[in-house]
Amino acid sequence: MNIKKILPQLLTLLVVILIFGFFSYNAQVNMENRGISFGYGFLSQESSFDVQFSLIEFDGSHSYFRAYLVGLLNTILVSVIGIIFATIIGVVVGIARLSNNYLINKTAAVYVEFFRNIPLLLQIFFWYFAALRALPLPQDTEPMFGVFFLTIKGFFVPAIIWNNLDIFIYSIIAAIISIIFIRIYARKKQENEGIQTPVLSISIGLLLILPILTFLFGGVDASVEVPVIQQLSQSGFTYEGGIKLPPELISLALALSLYTATFIAECVRAGVQGVSKGQKEAAASIGLTPNQVLKLVVMPQALRIIIPPTTNQYLNLTKNSSLAAAIAYPDLVLVFAGTALMQTGRAIEIVSITMLTYLSLSISISIFMNWYNKKIAIKEK
Amino acid sequence: MNKLNFLQPDKNNLNTYLYTGTILVALSIFIVFLNSFFNKDLISFLPGTLSFFLPLILGFIGLHLIRIEYSGLKFLDSINKHINTNNFNAFLSLLIVFVVIKSLPPLLSWFILDANIAGDSKDVCTGTGACWTYIKIWFNRFMYGMYPNAEQWRINLSFIALAFLGTIGFFATEKFKKYLTLYYVVIYPVIAFFFIFFFISGGPIFFDFSYGIIAAVISIIIGFFIPSKFKMYYFIIVPITLYILLKYVFFYEELIELGKLEALEWVETGAWGGLSLTFIVSFFCLIFCFPIGLFLSLGRRSDFPIIKYFSIGMIEFWRGVPLITVLFMSSVMFPMFLPEDMFIDKLVRVIIAISLFEAAYVAEVIRGGLQALPRGQYDAAKSLGMGYWKMHILVILPQALKLVIPGIANTFLALVKDTPLIFVVGLLEIVGMLNLAKTNPEWLGFAMEGYVFASVLFFIICYAMSKYSYNLEQKYKTER
Repeated sequence: MNIKKILPQLLTLLVVILIFGFFSYNAQVNMENRGISFGYGFLSQESSFDVQFSLIEFDGSHSYFRAYLVGLLNTILVSVIGIIFATIIGVVVGIARLSNNYLINKTAAVYVEFFRNIPLLLQIFFWYFAALRALPLPQDTEPMFGVFFLTIKGFFVPAIIWNNLDIFIYSIIAAIISIIFIRIYARKKQENEGIQTPVLSISIGLLLILPILTFLFGGVDASVEVPVIQQLSQSGFTYEGGIKLPPELISLALALSLYTATFIAECVRAGVQGVSKGQKEAAASIGLTPNQVLKLVVMPQALRIIIPPTTNQYLNLTKNSSLAAAIAYPDLVLVFAGTALMQTGRAIEIVSITMLTYLSLSISISIFMNWYNKKIAIKEK
Repeated sequence: MNKLNFLQPDKNNLNTYLYTGTILVALSIFIVFLNSFFNKDLISFLPGTLSFFLPLILGFIGLHLIRIEYSGLKFLDSINKHINTNNFNAFLSLLIVFVVIKSLPPLLSWFILDANIAGDSKDVCTGTGACWTYIKIWFNRFMYGMYPNAEQWRINLSFIALAFLGTIGFFATEKFKKYLTLYYVVIYPVIAFFFIFFFISGGPIFFDFSYGIIAAVISIIIGFFIPSKFKMYYFIIVPITLYILLKYVFFYEELIELGKLEALEWVETGAWGGLSLTFIVSFFCLIFCFPIGLFLSLGRRSDFPIIKYFSIGMIEFWRGVPLITVLFMSSVMFPMFLPEDMFIDKLVRVIIAISLFEAAYVAEVIRGGLQALPRGQYDAAKSLGMGYWKMHILVILPQALKLVIPGIANTFLALVKDTPLIFVVGLLEIVGMLNLAKTNPEWLGFAMEGYVFASVLFFIICYAMSKYSYNLEQKYKTER
C-alpha cells in the first residue's frame, strides 16, 4: 500500500532531477567553452547603448540595471495606459451589449467579435505600419484644439510645468486618506442608525477642494508649455517643448486597449446578467428607488462576478504588452531581453530575470486576487 | 378630430403622427444619404453648425412622433420596441444609422470601386482604392512562405489528406464508432506527424515515410484474409517486418544515391511559412497541449504532494510569463542547455514551447471542470470499486470535459491567435510574411492591404472555430 503511494512520486522526482541535472550540466559545459561565467555582476557594468524613449534619464554611460529599470517603467507605462482605456471602452461596450436597443446591441457585438478574433500582433502591426503611417507630416498637421498635434512622428501634447508639485500631491493623498475615514464613518453610521451619508459627493468635493486650496494658498503653480514647430533641415520639421508620445507607444496602447476591451466587455456583460432578476424585483418591492437598486443591490453582486476575470484580463494585457518588441517600443523585453542580451550574450541570466519579473508580477496579483475572492465570497451558512 | 399634442403622441391621431414622423425621419436619412453617396448638400443654405446637426434634429423629432405605444401596427411596434424605446435610445440609433451611411461610401470605394486587381505589377495600382494586385501576386508567399513553388502540391496534398482523414469520424459505421476515440487520440496525430514532418519536409527521410505507408497498406490488405484469432500477432509482426524488408532489402538507401530513385526535394523548416505554417503550428500545439494539460490538471488535484506541487509549479510558471519570453527562451536560452552536438529543429522547439505554454492554460480550464463536478460522482464511482484511472476515464473526465468545452475552445482560439509570435525565432507565418513583403522595394506602401487581408483570414478562421465550439457545447449539453 505504501509503496504504491511513494513510487510514482519518487519517479516524478527522479525524472525532474535528471532533466534539470542534464540541463545544468550542459549549460556549465557550454559556458565554459564560450568562456563566460554565470553571475549577475554584469548588471552594474556600463551599458553603452541608447534607448529612444524612456521615463528616466538614460544613455550609454548608465548601467545595465538602469536599462532594466527603463524597460520595466516603459512596460508599466503602456500597461497602465492600456488598462485605463480598456476599462473605459470595455465597460461602455459591455453595457451597450446589454442594451435592448437592437442597433446598439448589434454594433457592440460586431465590435467584440471583430476585435477579439484577430491576433493582437496583427492589430499592433496594423495600427503601427498602416494606420499611423497615414498621418500627416509635422509641417502639415492641423492642431486639435490648438494645442494637440497628431503627426506621423508621434503625438505632441502640451506639458504642464509645476511649481511645488509635492505640496499638490500631498494634498491629494490627504484627500484620499480623509475619504477613507469618511467611508468608514458612513458605514458605521448606516449600520447603527440606518442613515445614509452622501459619500460620493463628499469625496468628489474633497478631491476637488483640497488641491484647489493648494493653488490658492500653498504656492502651487502650473503653467502650460505648448509644443511649437521647429525646422531641423530643408524638409525636416519637429515639435519642441511639450511631451512627445512616440507612435510606437500610441499604436501599442491603442491595440492593447481595443483588444482587451472586448474581453472586459464580455466580463461586464456576464457580471450584470449574472445578477438574478429576482434580486432586482425583491429590492424594488421593499421600496428602493431604481438608483438605489443599482447601487445597493445590483452593482455589489455584479462586481463580485466582474472583478476576478477583469483582473485576469489586466494581467493578460500587461503580459501582452511584451509584444512591443515587434514594433520596437522599448519595453522590458526589447531593451533587456533584446538589446542587452545581444550585447552581453548572457542568455540565461537575462531571460531568467525577465521571466522572473513577469512571474512575480502575476503571482503577486493572483495571490491578492485569491485573498480578495475569499474576502468577498458570499458567506453561506 | 382630436386635439394634437406633439409632446405626447398617442393613438388617437395615429395617422397624423405617423405620417409627419415618417416623413421627418426619411428626410433626415435622405439628406445624409445624398451627402455621403453623391456629395450633394441639400441644406447648404443654412449656417454651418445648424446644417451639420439638422438631420439629427429632424430624425430625432420624427422618431419622437412615431413613438406611440400599442399602436396596433406590428411594424411600428417592433421598431419602437427595438430601436426607439426612449429619447436617448432614439438619439443613439439615429447616430449609428448616420455613421453607417457616412462610412459606407469610403469603405466601398476603397475595397471595391476604386480598387485594382488586374495586372501583375505595381503600375496598375493608380486608383485611390486598395491594390489587390499586391495580394494576388504575393498570394503564394502568404500561403506557403518560402516553400519552393514547384513543391507546393505536397502541402496541399497533405492538408487535403489530413482534412479527409479528420472527417472520417462522420462516416464511420456503428461497428467502428467505438474505435473513434482511439483513432483521434492516437492514430490520427501520428499520421499527421508523419505527413508533415516527412512528406512536407521531404529529403531522404521521406523514404522512411513512404516505406511505412506501403508496409501499412499491404499489411492491412492482407490482414483481411487472416483469421481473427491471429490478427493481433499478425498486426504486431508483419508491418514491422515489411518495413524493415522494404528499407534494407528492396530499396536500400544506396539506390537513391545512385540516382535510380528520385527523392522528394528536401525543404528545410526555415523555408516553411505563410498560412500553412500557421496551420501546422496550431495543429501540433493543439494536439500536444491537450494531453499535457489534462495530466497537469489531474496532477494538481492529486493526493501525492510531490506530484501536486510539481504540477502547481509548472502551471503557475507557464501562466505567469508572456509567450514572447518563452519563445525567447526556446531560441536563445534553450540551446545552452543541450550538448553541443545536439541540435533540435527550430520549428520543433517552437512547437514544444507553445504546447507547454498553452497546456498550463488548458490545465486550469480542465481543473475548473473537475472542481465543478459534485463530490457524489467521485464517491459513487469509488463505491463501485473503481480505481483512480478507471474512475477518471469512465466517470469523471467525460463529464468534466463536457463542462469545459467553451473554455477549451477559448484556449485553442488563443493558441491560433498566438502563432504569429513565432516571428521571434525567425519563422515567418502569414503575419511575418506580410512584414517581409511590405519591405520589398518593389512593393512599398501596401501595408494596409496586407493587414486587411490577413485580418479577414484570421477573422474567418477564429469566428468559425468559436461558432463550432458553440455548436459542440449545445450538442453535449446535458441537464443535471
